[in-house]
Amino acid sequence: MIHHLLDALAMLGMSYVIGFLFYGFYRQFNARVQRRWGPSIWQNFFDNMKFLFKSETVSHGAMFFFGPMIIMAGAITTVLFVPFLKDSIWLQGFSQSGNLILIIYLLVVGPLGNALAVGSSGNPYGVMGVTRGLTRLMGLEVPFFLGLALVMLQHQSASVHVIMAAQDGIANWNLFTNPIAFIVMLLPFIASQNASPFDVVGAPVEVYAGPRVEFGGRLLGILMTQNMMMTVAKLVLIVDLFLGGATTVPILLVKAFALFLLTAMISLAFPRLKTEQTVDFFWKIPLALGVIGVIATVWLPWS
Amino acid sequence: MYHKNECEGFQCEQRMLEDSLGQPNGEFGILDRLVAWFRQRSLFVLAYGTGCGAIEMRPLMTSRFDAERFGIIGAPTPRQADVLVVSGYLAIKTLKRVIRSYEQMQEPKYVIALGSCAINGGMYWDSYNTIKQLDQYLPVDMYINGCMPRPEALIEGFVALQKRIKRGDKGGYARYRENIDWYKANQRKVLGDNMPPDYTYDWYHTGDLA
Repeated sequence: MIHHLLDALAMLGMSYVIGFLFYGFYRQFNARVQRRWGPSIWQNFFDNMKFLFKSETVSHGAMFFFGPMIIMAGAITTVLFVPFLKDSIWLQGFSQSGNLILIIYLLVVGPLGNALAVGSSGNPYGVMGVTRGLTRLMGLEVPFFLGLALVMLQHQSASVHVIMAAQDGIANWNLFTNPIAFIVMLLPFIASQNASPFDVVGAPVEVYAGPRVEFGGRLLGILMTQNMMMTVAKLVLIVDLFLGGATTVPILLVKAFALFLLTAMISLAFPRLKTEQTVDFFWKIPLALGVIGVIATVWLPWS
Repeated sequence: MYHKNECEGFQCEQRMLEDSLGQPNGEFGILDRLVAWFRQRSLFVLAYGTGCGAIEMRPLMTSRFDAERFGIIGAPTPRQADVLVVSGYLAIKTLKRVIRSYEQMQEPKYVIALGSCAINGGMYWDSYNTIKQLDQYLPVDMYINGCMPRPEALIEGFVALQKRIKRGDKGGYARYRENIDWYKANQRKVLGDNMPPDYTYDWYHTGDLA
């Protein structure tokens, strides 16, 4: 019992710390690309703390308050069901079998809570942001789940632990044994991180802050916290599924950072697409690749 | 040289306001100190570009002067902003919008008056439809003088504001709460019946003063 409690606290703390450090790095990286000095690497932590200690006088009814709580609960549960390490008794998460299906469900809690909270605020920019987000979700979810299904099919298991354990040695990483699934996953993953070519939801200067436009003080702090934790949860999930997981925390950090750097570089290189272009893109390229992947995995003789 | 120490007439109003500001800093404990430190490291700016001063905010935020290294970054909406930068003269029509934006910001919040137009009217001193002293309508925390101030001066002003926040000074929002009647009377003097709606400062009606 105490072991579980400590484990949960360690996972939450780790995801928060890694989250703000990665985002701090992202802001510095962004600044250096634009030939600036950029803020310190702790800047996201400062911002988050400041918002958590600000007042919040805006109120649009109960749902406006519960929406961020739902999103935060979604982030916390997602973190608690993603195993961080393999071959270890620590940082294992709360479920050993079938947790991938559970995670798929939990990933949708965030957008849902967002829609509930913003819908009750009635701000047109917020509603616009949520509409754009749900439209994008329509595009990105099919290839995302197809990629996950390909991995599940390959290993005949819906447990992240089993999939992680099957990838012993770099030659057995799913990144190399199933590259189509990785590409099919990667593009929706970038979108779900709100990185640049697909950042239609909170699009700066287009819809102001998007869904967050009406949140100011503490609630915005909670939203920032959950965003950082969710980012780490997704990064760790991809590391578990495709990069062979990690046996120690430093290896996990290196792998997650490599993946984060990849998304950061892609997001710095490409400008933002329009909403319909995003959906078009997802329905064409990743989905087509996913279908090819399914055919190659299921029907072709070498599979 | 003639140097006047005492205020005369309406000038005393400002003195009176500032006297009421001297809060005891006794309960500025370790947690407050920490929060104040986070606060000064992260200022989200709502740049209200009313006049030519807005042109100085662009180089401040972009690569040349890069205010982000001080933790200063633009905020998309007043709800998320900490600092309201009023850059330039204020026509009576814009004053109404500025007041509304200010009252929508979450506390603690600060106001920076940029350029001489916001300080004493500047070159619009005898204009029929601009206000002269911003401080009579909104509590200004920091003045940055110049016509226009260079981005270096703006950075200097922001750093001075950061020092005050770090020291735990309450800032203008406390003054606004304490002297709301005076500010509202001044605003009513220029806006007349055209006052902004009062639900943005509804703490005034619920008796939640100061």
